[in-house]
Amino acid sequence: MAIEVRIPTILRTYTGGEKAVSGDGASLSALIDDLETNHPGLKERLLDNGDLRRFVNVYVNDEDVRFIGGLDAELSDGDEVVVLPAVAGG
Amino acid sequence: MVLTIDQATYDAIVAHAKRDHPDEACGIVAGPQGSDRAERLVEMVNAAGSPTFYEFDSMDLLQLYKQMDANDEEPVVIYHSHTATGAYPSRTDIGLAQEPQAHYVLVSTREHGNNDGPVEFRSYRIVDGEVTEEEVAVVAQLSSN
Repeated sequence: MAIEVRIPTILRTYTGGEKAVSGDGASLSALIDDLETNHPGLKERLLDNGDLRRFVNVYVNDEDVRFIGGLDAELSDGDEVVVLPAVAGG
Repeated sequence: MVLTIDQATYDAIVAHAKRDHPDEACGIVAGPQGSDRAERLVEMVNAAGSPTFYEFDSMDLLQLYKQMDANDEEPVVIYHSHTATGAYPSRTDIGLAQEPQAHYVLVSTREHGNNDGPVEFRSYRIVDGEVTEEEVAVVAQLSSN
């Protein structure tokens, strides 16, 4: 099983500069754990206290995961996951 | 460091900020990756619709990044307005800045609001919580390359 994960510029320090990496997992939570084994430190940038960080957006097949179960969002082979930092401020 | 921006793009950012006052306006200017050329203005909707906060809508953000990816572009400028305070990055701006290669432009509309009149227009780099102001050079047109 392989899921392509698009990594934003600011997190490419964890992927050796790669714009996309591949991982697997039946849920977003499992995928993030899998990514962490190959790209240590990434998980900490995505999660805070076990939940997705407020200002990190994650999409599965162009849907914002917040609307499809968050970390419990189900994944299958061939899904495309995109991570984008929110553009926000005060 | 300097932000070089053409007059038409500068004017459009100021007009956007005045139009959306008293809410914060936001958007980007995209350019070819690594070029530092602010070529293509994209006005974004402030999903927060707030005088004290801005956030790109998450689906608009995805479409924007897909489009930039397809064009080999990156956000050269990320701009937003402050409507009651000066054109300096707030604590929140600094904490949430996640594009270290971008020029963060702040426009303050506090003096004249929706009306004609000068605005503060300033540019910064924000890297790992460090803010560095830079010069803004407004040119008639970007040099051809």
